[in-house]
Amino acid sequence: MRPSRLRENYIGFQTIVIKEVGRVLRIWIQTLVPPAITMTLYFIIFGSLIGSRVGQLGGFSYMAYIAPGLIMMSVITSSYTNVVSSFFGAKFGRHIEELLVSPLPNYMIVLGYVVGGVVRGLLVGILVTIIALFFTRLHMVHPFVTLSVVILTAVVFSLGGLINAVFAKKFDDVTIVPTFVLTPLTYLGGVFYSINMLPVVWQHIARANPILYMVNAFRYGILGVSDIGIGTAYAIILFFIIGLFSFSLYLLHNGVGLRS
Amino acid sequence: MQALSLHALTKTYKNGVQALKGISLEVQPGEFIALLGPNGAGKTTAIGIVTSLVNKTGGQVTVFGYDIDTDIEAAKSCIGLVPQEINFNQFEKVGDIVVNQGGFYGLPRRLARERAEKYLRQLSLWDKRHDMSRTLSGGMKRRLMIARALVHEPKLLILDEPTAGVDIEVRRSMWDFLKKINREGITIILTTHYLEEAENLCQRVAIIDHGEIIVQGRTRDLLEKLHSEIFVLNLREPLRELRPLDGYAVTQVDDTTLEVEVNKSQNINTLFDMLTKNNVQVLSMRNKVNRLEELFVRLVEGKG
Repeated sequence: MRPSRLRENYIGFQTIVIKEVGRVLRIWIQTLVPPAITMTLYFIIFGSLIGSRVGQLGGFSYMAYIAPGLIMMSVITSSYTNVVSSFFGAKFGRHIEELLVSPLPNYMIVLGYVVGGVVRGLLVGILVTIIALFFTRLHMVHPFVTLSVVILTAVVFSLGGLINAVFAKKFDDVTIVPTFVLTPLTYLGGVFYSINMLPVVWQHIARANPILYMVNAFRYGILGVSDIGIGTAYAIILFFIIGLFSFSLYLLHNGVGLRS
Repeated sequence: MQALSLHALTKTYKNGVQALKGISLEVQPGEFIALLGPNGAGKTTAIGIVTSLVNKTGGQVTVFGYDIDTDIEAAKSCIGLVPQEINFNQFEKVGDIVVNQGGFYGLPRRLARERAEKYLRQLSLWDKRHDMSRTLSGGMKRRLMIARALVHEPKLLILDEPTAGVDIEVRRSMWDFLKKINREGITIILTTHYLEEAENLCQRVAIIDHGEIIVQGRTRDLLEKLHSEIFVLNLREPLRELRPLDGYAVTQVDDTTLEVEVNKSQNINTLFDMLTKNNVQVLSMRNKVNRLEELFVRLVEGKG
């Protein structure tokens, strides 16, 4: 590819990112505030009120134990929601055609939306972390693991949001996956408990949940404890990124849900 | 090298509808060509394939020599599209829509802003650049889509029903603008329902019906094919009884209006001589329908 084409592609990618991040900041009351409020309630109810009666978990107070999971939960939900709503909105309003008629390659379109989702996920994650610090002390035991896992997880769910948006035909379709798939998997992904507390059979079943690996890897980064191996967690996250990215490119290349 | 070449282009939708049945068309650089056809003829499908909004079933499309199957990005860089439906973000500012589109085509931010200013000024939208696009009138929205399509200065501009639903004044100003950019070298393909528009603007027309191009050629040459025209004559004074005019088919619409069919072989001066002899004074005269419309209707209805 000629150098000027690469530069033009980069400008196109940058334009999507500016648009997406601008959107997140412009409607901050919809994109940043609700997860902060929800997580504050989680900290108060599960952390302070119920958590004080639970005692310690993995050598930490219940509040400290669930904090990484709650941060990750907000990152997952926000990155997914951002891309699914933005991409579907563009599809519904037909301004996705502005991108489809442009010479911008599909991988740049996917990356642009993913970066938008990651930025919103991280902004919400930072907000929730700040809120968590009002309730408990958090040390980042493994900063690299913490940052890499949160970014890679946001990438996974941004890609998931994009695929959901590609298939969505109406606004209801945008909420089905977060409500019926994402939320249950997150709740069952070890946010509020260690899987070692489950019966053996359920421990095996829980290991089929990819969110369990992401939550535990993030918890390992912050607290230094995890129910699963970190190497396995990275492998699973990378597997999902490669799989979902490839699938997104396939969908855009064939125009599934976008071209007739 | 042609600006656009369609060769045996076919499209069959999933529901089995065959929208295009192997159309072939060549557009030369600098041409201003109209694609005419009734609703559902396949015009928008053809445009959709060229601009990669619709996947083709078969055939070949090249844009300034770039095959859309092998060099889609280069082909897309040459095209600017003004679609039939409003397709910009209604919650985005007018200026941002144009600047961002420049970005998608790889224009650096500064250049995109300069181009946005240039085209928004030319299309009388510069004062609206900070307004939300949803607040624009219908005509302004159409002009915004033209500015957006031009920001990367394409060599080929495709307009799908650009003047649908806009008032006459705006339509005329858009015609002037399109003529101007065509003179500057941009090749223009236009689909329209206003046949007057095609006759006024385009050097060449192609008529599509049921997924096939039934006729194409120079507008002037096609109009020559009309064997007769119907003229409407407005009379100065009411006419009680009209005597037959030898060789002319005349219909009296009301007291002061006549419709006369004039064949190619007939002379309009003779008609006026006969009317004068009958003490009929004509105040004004016009075609009953636009000439291209007449041809279009005859071709589409299979009258030849």
